[in-house]
Amino acid sequence: MSPPAPSSSTDRLSRLLALVPWLRAHPGVCLDDAAATFGVTVRQLRDDLDLLFVCGLPGGAPGDLIDLSYSADQITVLDPQTLDRPLKLSADEAMALVVAARTLADVPGLSARDALDRALGKLEDAVGTLPSDRVRVELDAQDEVLRVVQDAVTRGRRLHLRYLVWSRDELTERDVDPMRVLTRDGRWYLEGWCHRSKAVRLFRLDRIDGPDGVTVLDTPAAPPPEARPRDTDGLFQPGPEEMRVVLELHPAARWVADHYPVESRRELDGGRLLVELRVWETGWLRRLVLGLGDQARVVEPADVAAGMHDAAVRALAAYGPAVTGTQPRVAPPAG
Amino acid sequence: MSRRRLERLLNLTMCLMATSRFLSVAEIGELVEGYAPGSTADEQEAFRRMFERDKQYLRDIGIPLETGSDSFWSDEVGYRIRRSDYALPEISLDPDEAAALGLAAQLWSSTALADASASALRKLAAGGIRTLPGPDGLEPRVATTEPAFAPCLAAVQVGQAVRFPYRKPEETEPRERHVEPWGVVSWRGRWYLAGHDCDRQAARVFRLSRVTGAVRAVGPPGAVRVPGGVDLRALVSASAPPDHTRTALLRVRPGTGHALRRHARVLPSPRRFARGETDSQPGSTPGTPERRPGSAWGTADHRSDSVPGAAESPSGSVSAGMDLVEIDYSDTEQLARWVAGYGDDVLVEQPPQLRNEVLRRLADAARVHADAGPAHMVAKSRGQSGGQAVLRIEDPVAPPAGAAAVPGSVL
Repeated sequence: MSPPAPSSSTDRLSRLLALVPWLRAHPGVCLDDAAATFGVTVRQLRDDLDLLFVCGLPGGAPGDLIDLSYSADQITVLDPQTLDRPLKLSADEAMALVVAARTLADVPGLSARDALDRALGKLEDAVGTLPSDRVRVELDAQDEVLRVVQDAVTRGRRLHLRYLVWSRDELTERDVDPMRVLTRDGRWYLEGWCHRSKAVRLFRLDRIDGPDGVTVLDTPAAPPPEARPRDTDGLFQPGPEEMRVVLELHPAARWVADHYPVESRRELDGGRLLVELRVWETGWLRRLVLGLGDQARVVEPADVAAGMHDAAVRALAAYGPAVTGTQPRVAPPAG
Repeated sequence: MSRRRLERLLNLTMCLMATSRFLSVAEIGELVEGYAPGSTADEQEAFRRMFERDKQYLRDIGIPLETGSDSFWSDEVGYRIRRSDYALPEISLDPDEAAALGLAAQLWSSTALADASASALRKLAAGGIRTLPGPDGLEPRVATTEPAFAPCLAAVQVGQAVRFPYRKPEETEPRERHVEPWGVVSWRGRWYLAGHDCDRQAARVFRLSRVTGAVRAVGPPGAVRVPGGVDLRALVSASAPPDHTRTALLRVRPGTGHALRRHARVLPSPRRFARGETDSQPGSTPGTPERRPGSAWGTADHRSDSVPGAAESPSGSVSAGMDLVEIDYSDTEQLARWVAGYGDDVLVEQPPQLRNEVLRRLADAARVHADAGPAHMVAKSRGQSGGQAVLRIEDPVAPPAGAAAVPGSVL
């Protein structure tokens, strides 16, 4: 087996080859900034510079070597030898950048869209064919809402939202001081200070009640000093204070474990699955479980299970006595 | 890599860039600082092996080493690097274009792709483009936490078939799949591999999170042929039913069923079904079904659509004060699951198949939970207050995909 091919984005030789022309393009840059750009420590950067300093063309005379000098606050490349231009983009680099640019260029309502289209065109002109679209990312399209929300973020304006709290099936009205617009898992979110809940909240743009559900107010956004954007990578972790619910899933409902954040799962016989969820509101759980019929059963806690029973009976009753008396086409008990 | 080897590779690269004619291996050994060709056969063999490894390394990181000969009479192979092949061409970007690329380069929150796009951006900057951080307050991110992502991407890029164990949600045991990959697609926040399933002889889409083990490349690189006209997005999104060819008539309690309303049209309530205070209804205009202006969920003026008294539907069910809405669908089971989930907030009027399916689900749900007995204290909501250690999304059931923290990602 040959060793794995080096990745040009993390490979040190690639970094050295890019460093020389980058320094030429940024004359007098300080060590801290250059190190930050290349994602290395200042010490590593010094080591890179010392190494470059002894390399050059055959002959090894002073005039054949890369000539550079640096102090803590300034780096100067006097003679880059042949390394005056960066190496062309590798396949990985071109793919990562172009797919990302295409992804955003495909988002209706994104303000950078037009600039991205032009940038992609210029990249294509310069490097010939761009990577094929065999890698694609589809972000949720929320054109008009996204445009308005982005505008409010840029101009620092307060927003009024008509927003669906999906878990409670409740349409709410609230004022929000926007902080940023972000995507997670393919969906757009607004993060901001919610005056209704007096806390930083995330709002899924597709749960804003359409273009008319968002209004830019003529009030400057003024999140209180304690409002900070949060690290959203761990956001979907349920907190410790929620209720623990155990669900038994039949084979046809195993997808639930794929779709919702389950804390643990255990295989039962016959392809059934026992999963544990943490929930802080039972509204969405009831919608899930009732909809699944006999494919899901709340095992614990008992009062939630009883609530499922009552809700189902109540719904059947709403269809009238004809239905509750003789339930049509009830499947035979599973098992 | 050792410092000595790095120096040697740099010297080799610069030497081959500086030469206009092809240099033989022997000449390279003489010229490039760091090689010691030696005089014995063993020494020379060691040098040649070292050069072969170096040459491969340069090619692996994308340096175009050209092979050839300047002489008709010699078949000795020489090497050089043409500056025009090596260098990133001049690109001139306007400030907003550079800023937009800067924003795009931050899209990836997974290490490999984030490194690659950052490296691409540095090269553009080294080529003289002033890249700027993207606009403030906008942070699109795409994660690739599935272990199968990297090998699948690699297989797509080199056109190589793969094998992997895959478990469909309804199956308990994973099954081996053999796929000629056409592309990887992120759709609705999840990554999929689309390709030709060699065993089933058909196009298939695989969700990467359901790959349960190692993805192994099989067969030669370049063997996969992607048929012309393949639309990856269409393939992946085809898992969602395409056409909404049927229409259901539902009764929805005012102020509920919001997500469902988003896909539905609120109908003016037909007066003849209503009893009681129908005359006092303002603006109830029987007529053409239409989406209510003013609200995507058709709720802005739901009072005018609701029937204050008891409304008796043609099918005989009583649904007091409910909104009448119409929704297009294609899959009865799917819509039934949705509707049944709303309990007595959403009732089916038409068609009977949908109605029966909803009733079946409700009856089943009642039966499997029958042992639990009547509830007394279910409705209370929990965990609303207390420590705010976790920032709440106004959607506690957001999918888990983004859960894994990515080292080094800047948020």
